[in-house]
Parts: sequence; C-alpha cells; structure tokens
Amino acid sequence: MEKTWNNKAWFMVLPVLVLVAFSAVIPLMTVVNYSVQDTFGNNEFFWAGTDWFLDVLESDRFWDALTRNLIFSAIILAIEIPLGIVIALNMPKKGIGVPICLVLMALPLLIPWNVVGTIWQVFGRVDIGLLGRTLATLGINYNYVQNPLDAWVTLIIMDVWHWTSLVVLLCYAGLVSIPDAYYQAAKIDGASRWSVFRYIQLPKMKRVLLIAFLLRFMDSFMIYTEPFVVTGGGPGNSTTFLSIDLVKMAIGQFDLGPAAALSIIYFLIILLLSWIFYTVMTTSDAQG
Amino acid sequence: MARINLEHIRHAYGAKPKSEADYALKEVHHEWNDGGAYALLGPSGCGKTTLLNIISGLINPSEGRILFDGTDVTHLTTQHRNIAQVFQFPVIYDTMTVYDNLAFPLRNRHVPETEVDRRVKEIIEMTGLGGWANKTARGLTADQKQKISLGRGLVRSDVSAILFDEPLTVIDPEMKWVLRSQIKRLHKQFGFTMVYVTHDQTEALTFADKVVVMYDGQIVQIGTPAELFERPRHTFVGYFIGSPGMNVLPAEIAGNRAAVGGESIALTFQPKVAAGAKTELGIRPEFISLGRDGMPVAITKVEDIGRHKIVRARFADRPISIIVDEDGEIPAEPRVTFDPKAINIYADSWRVGEEA
Repeated sequence: MEKTWNNKAWFMVLPVLVLVAFSAVIPLMTVVNYSVQDTFGNNEFFWAGTDWFLDVLESDRFWDALTRNLIFSAIILAIEIPLGIVIALNMPKKGIGVPICLVLMALPLLIPWNVVGTIWQVFGRVDIGLLGRTLATLGINYNYVQNPLDAWVTLIIMDVWHWTSLVVLLCYAGLVSIPDAYYQAAKIDGASRWSVFRYIQLPKMKRVLLIAFLLRFMDSFMIYTEPFVVTGGGPGNSTTFLSIDLVKMAIGQFDLGPAAALSIIYFLIILLLSWIFYTVMTTSDAQG
Repeated sequence: MARINLEHIRHAYGAKPKSEADYALKEVHHEWNDGGAYALLGPSGCGKTTLLNIISGLINPSEGRILFDGTDVTHLTTQHRNIAQVFQFPVIYDTMTVYDNLAFPLRNRHVPETEVDRRVKEIIEMTGLGGWANKTARGLTADQKQKISLGRGLVRSDVSAILFDEPLTVIDPEMKWVLRSQIKRLHKQFGFTMVYVTHDQTEALTFADKVVVMYDGQIVQIGTPAELFERPRHTFVGYFIGSPGMNVLPAEIAGNRAAVGGESIALTFQPKVAAGAKTELGIRPEFISLGRDGMPVAITKVEDIGRHKIVRARFADRPISIIVDEDGEIPAEPRVTFDPKAINIYADSWRVGEEA
C-alpha cells in the first residue's frame, strides 16, 4: 500500500501501451474472438467454445505439419550453427579481406524472402534451372516438384544459403571482441588449437550464439514465404509446414474458426519453445 | 633457466622498413645472464613490449638472432621455447575453475597429475586464492584474476625465463607490494631468468639487479639503480629516473670548465667533446645546494612534499629543480652550488667522460 504514490508513473507508459494495443493486442484479440465462435457469414456469430481448438488438436493434419516444422528447425539449427561458427573462425581478422567478407556475408540477408524463394525455384528447375539442368546432365535424378526428399533438400539448402550469414556475422562479432592477449597467453600456456576454441573462443561466443540460436529457431519455425514460392507445400503435403497449412485453412478454405485456433496454438508453441531454450541456455550460462 | 642472447635484433611492424624510423625496435645486442632479474624501463611506445614478445616468440624479429644457452631459437615457436609470460591485463579462462586455470599450462605439457596437484596447490597458497580453488574464475575481481595470470606464469618451475609485461598495473597499491615481494622470493628460490617490463621507476629500481632503460626503440643504458642515478648515459635516463628528473642545461665546454649562461662552472675532469656537438650539463636536484654562496638563482615556487622540499627556480634563464631538506632554510638572496663530482656532461644527449 505504501507504493500508491507511484501510480502516476503509469501515465508515462500509456503511449506505448496504446501503440502495442493497436499493433499486437487488438489483432490478437480478434483472432481469439474468431477462435471461440462460429459464423456463416452476415456477421452472425455463434459461441463455439473450445471446439475449434479440440478439432485442430485432434486432426492428423496439425500433428503432421508440426512434426515437419520441428524436423525442419532441428536440421536447420544442426547445420547453420556449426557451419556459421566454422566460417566465422576462418574469416580474416584484419586487412582488406574483412570488408570483402562482411559484404559477401551480408548479401543473402539483404534479399527479400520471396525473391530468395524465386531464385531457388528457378535455380532448381529441371527444364531451365542451372542446378536442375546440371544435375540432370550428370545423371542425377533430381526433381523437387515430384520427389519429397528433393523438395526438402532444396528448402534446407536454400535456408542455409540465406541465413547462415546471420550466424556467421553474430559469431564474428563475438570473435573480434577477444583481445590478442588471450591468444598470446594461450600460446605461452601451450594450448592446442582445440583448447583455444574450447576455452577462449567458444565462451566468448556463447552470448551471441544464444541469440543466433533463438533467432534461427524462431525464424525457421515460422518459415512461410520460401516454401510457399518454391514448393507451395508439395509435393503432396510433404513440405506443408504449420504456416502454410494455416494460410490454406484461412484463405483457401475460409475456415476462420479453426484457422484462428491454429494461429493461437502455433503462437503458444513458439513462445513456449523459445522460453524453454532461453531459460535452459541462460541457466547453463550462469552456472558454466 | 637460461642465458639469453639477443644478437643484433631489429624489428619493424611494417613489411618493408626503409629508414631507421620505420623500426619499432632499433638494434638491440645484449646478453641476459642466467638467473638475472632485469627490469625493462621506458615510456609507453618505446619498444619494451616488442622486445619482450620477441624473446617469448610471439613476434619474429625482422633481423637478428635469439639464443637460449647458446642454442638458436629464433625460429622456434613460443611453445618450444619454454617461456612463461604474464601480460598487462589479466587473461583467464573464465569457464574453468581457478584450480584448472592454474593447472592448464602444466596439463598442456602432459605433466603427471600428482605433480600438477602439488604445484597448483603451492601457487594457490602463495596467491591466497585458497577459498576460490574450485569456483569458476569468472566472478573474481581484477586483481584476483591477475593473480591467476601471474600464477599460470609461475606454476611452471622449469621455464627458461619468465617475462612480465607490466603485470601489476591493475593491482591495488597495497597488494602490489605483497605480490612484488612474492615474485622476488620465488625468483630467489627457483633462480629463473626474469625480465620485468614496467614504466614505473620505483618498481624497476626496487625489483631488479639490473635496469635496462629503453627510449625510442633502443636500449640507452643498462646498469644498477645506482649507476642510473649517478651516471645516466643519456639525458633521457637523467629525466626519466629520479623525481624530479635531472636538470639538463645547455653549456659551453672549454677545457675543464663549463659555461652555463654567464656562469663558469669548474669540472673535475676534462670532457672530450667533438667540435660542433650540442653540449649540455646535467646535475640532479639532489646535488645542488641552496645557500648564500655561489651562483644566483630566482626561486619561482617551493613544493613541500613531506620529507623534503622541491624548489623550482630559474638559473641562467633556465628552469631548474633543487631538493632541499625539509628544515633547510631558503635565503632571501638565494645562490646555488653544484656538487662537482655529480656533474655529468652530455654531447648530443650522450654522456661524455674523459676518455671519450
């Protein structure tokens, strides 16, 4: 009760609250609104309770898409994080090579998602694409339109090409902040290359790696544009991730209720997983 | 333990040094005796750290050779030279415990674990880090971290030499004395060759048997603290050692007399000065006496610093410093005399004697 005098401070955060309300809370609440009601048009709504949520959670469609998402994110993280570290370790630390490497690394990050998708869609085509034609000429049977495995490989390589740079740049920022004295001391102490990585470089990269890990997890888990452009979710449903399924449901079938319920579930999954990763990693950071 | 010879070492950081000025380290040719304690003293940027890094092998010299006990090690890596080096700022492996930090240099060299344990415990006891042994090194204060850095240097008792690069800069003054005396004790106990870089003259003078003064990429004088004080070979040594530094006054030399301004000062020797050289007379403030006899001076300021007073004055239109005992009186018409034995004569900044 002795804190009553402090209440005026709330007025200070009012502008931000209004902004956040318009940008996040209100749209989210409309989604919540749709998820618990049913409508047949004409702006008539009927209370549906948790029906839509149960429908979504009981459908194979949802669980299949979720599994695909989890596998995709796991593969992306397993490739991009180690690859990013290796590239960052081998980037030059001074001289003319630094700006050149940095620009080269930043290039894929500057390309819009749908353009990246289009680039790879064309690149991989068997009839006119450089990659598709080359592989066909070499006698390798590659066709991302018909073969689910090929579709997956294409999407993964595309994502690695697009986003490994982000991990590289973050790691590189961590690496260049290590003073020379550390490497000199390691030489004096007779440390091996592996020890230098394990005890000097990795600890210094830990914080940026946490950020890289979270960003890459969230982004890859929410991936939409690129698979939509390249495969459209196919062949069959083999690359239909939750985001693609959601759009099919909401815009293709106009099932607003189930789509809204799926949106909320999707959102909660990302929130929960990110929170778990963050907690686990920061706790180990504090102890380590 | 090793005798270290530096043979005509020169180093330039740029790829193609053209003139003398391109060299960060001008020619150094010197022998460091086995078991000696040397202090490398000089202002920032004079090449001290470069010289140290050349000895430890972190830098390959542009020219010259380094020998440990007569064996050429110029092209050996740091690991193979068996050198310990402690840096200015603490370097710790912050994911390891304090114990593992100290054991790291030994384990890398495959020292048996029982031996590692014995030596690490010794160092932990010495540095007073006992309570921290099994905690990670991350949460320590700067001077505790620096103690670990020092400890990692000292833990290997079989090293050829230990190099210290201003290791006590980040340590509290009180702790500095403790660590300094511990290093000195270890040096006596193990007899390793020790090179200690510093820009703190007190530290250098109390610490080392021999002080090496560097200036502008070269060694200007190597000597005992007393030699540096009484017979500075270069006017820079005169300025740099002592507080305040030596008074250096432009002087005309004629036979065994020096003329400063309008005053003629008798010398105890006859300096041999080449014609055309810029000649100067150097006298330390401690060897000027202030009284009613001698040459007139104008006092501008008196600083009382406790045990004695520093009198700032103008003599022959030049500023000079004079040290006066605390209870020494300052006369109304002050005059000064120079102790003739303490006068040094410099030609082009280098000291000249009779023999020169």
